[in-house]
Amino acid sequence: MNQVKLRRYLLPTLALVGALIAWEAVVRINHIEPVILPAPSLVLTTLFHDRIVLGRSLMVTLSITVEALVAATIGGTLLAMLFARFKVIEEAFFPFAVILQVTPIIAIAPLLLVYLDSGGAVLVCAFLVAFFPILANTALGLSSVDHNLLDLFQMYRASRGRQLLWLRVPSALPYFLGGLRIGGGLALIGAIVAEIAAGSAGSGSGLAFRIIESGYRLNIPRMFAALVLISLTGIFIYLALSAVSYLLLHRWHDSARSRES
Amino acid sequence: MSAAPAPTGERAAAAEATRLVRLEGVGKTFANGTTALAGVAMEVRRGEFLSLLGPSGCGKSTVLRLLAGLTSASSGRINWSQSDPELGFVFQEPTLMPWATVFANVWLPLRLKGRARAQAKPAVMEALAKVGLAAFANAYPRELSGGMKMRVSIARALVTRPAILLMDEPFAALDEITRNKLNDDLVALKCELDATVVFVTHSVYESVYLSDRIVIMAPRPGRVVAEVAIPQPLPREEDFRLSPLYAECCRETSAALHRAMNMEPAAH
Repeated sequence: MNQVKLRRYLLPTLALVGALIAWEAVVRINHIEPVILPAPSLVLTTLFHDRIVLGRSLMVTLSITVEALVAATIGGTLLAMLFARFKVIEEAFFPFAVILQVTPIIAIAPLLLVYLDSGGAVLVCAFLVAFFPILANTALGLSSVDHNLLDLFQMYRASRGRQLLWLRVPSALPYFLGGLRIGGGLALIGAIVAEIAAGSAGSGSGLAFRIIESGYRLNIPRMFAALVLISLTGIFIYLALSAVSYLLLHRWHDSARSRES
Repeated sequence: MSAAPAPTGERAAAAEATRLVRLEGVGKTFANGTTALAGVAMEVRRGEFLSLLGPSGCGKSTVLRLLAGLTSASSGRINWSQSDPELGFVFQEPTLMPWATVFANVWLPLRLKGRARAQAKPAVMEALAKVGLAAFANAYPRELSGGMKMRVSIARALVTRPAILLMDEPFAALDEITRNKLNDDLVALKCELDATVVFVTHSVYESVYLSDRIVIMAPRPGRVVAEVAIPQPLPREEDFRLSPLYAECCRETSAALHRAMNMEPAAH
């Protein structure tokens, strides 16, 4: 058991360290210019030297992502409840949600920039991509209630409010949390994509803007440093939402338990 | 088909007094045009263990859902001898809320009636004790075996002290050893609480062992075709299964069921 755990963490760590060492070696042995490919050590020192400007950009990207995710969570959940309660609304509006979802966000972003300032456009883009998985999963969850339990609630004459709160919401929770985890990753992607679409026209100063700016200035190490921060942000969001999911489900849901062996 | 002998005046009065609910000419046609029940006439008496026996598709479960008020009859009448009777329902599956503890699952019916946790606790613990699961109040359904989950489901149905306990093939998914044990426990509980039970099953042996009376139904459309009384008071010892009476009742029930299954569809 312990050995299995050790292997699960040790193996990927060793692989990562090995890859970084190989990268460092390739750059040093071949004397590759930093403008072509910076060594990991240089990326790390750049990260440290530019910590103020990159840190500020990180906060911008992070706050946009979180704001978009919160808005998408509230909007998606409320709309899903409306869908569950009134089938007519679902039939009328679900196609719109699908259209928004299947149209690539990179194609929508320039259009949004016509109507909104770049800050607003970035936020709306991040919101749009995060919104759909939360809506779709929650709507599915709210309607995937055990029919016998619905019968039981009906037999005991439960009000609609109690049926929603005590039956549909907990039934939908695992679905919602799945949607939230997907939405969290997508919110970050939406924020980055929109900022890249805004490009030099944008007044934004998020991490994606830093990447474009560093590209123009041939400051490749800083490009990599910003990229590392974006990756770390994505990992952080995923781990944070996984932790939330575990806390809420581990006592009762199969997904959060290991199988007996 | 064997009709019950016409009751004398005295017996009719007694029957009136013990009747809990009577179905008269009850029909049920679903929205898709399927006729599940036609002209169903039967009654449930206070304190009896009644089984509904029949092949699948004969509308046994529909009768149960009608009694539970989960669906309404297309025709005919369902007359309760008391207004707003308390109901208990046990499904084929345990049908527990997986996110809630055993305690919270059993508390649910009382909670829906507005009883706070502390207020409901004595009744919930009593119901759990009756099914032998008092020690598992804080467990989650996932941690229990199939038989234990079913016991929780029974405790939940009993917690409101229902006038009638409706059970829809509750033990069909369990292994035979667990099923026999639960059958004995169910009869013991029924006698202890002096409860009225309507039990849907497709097992002749189970129905004979458990019931005071068996109502046999035929399909297409679902209707009552025969009735068998088991003249042996509950509770029954395990060796009842070996008695000539048991064998005779099984034979009679089996024959009635066989006739029901080979019966021509009723003209309607």
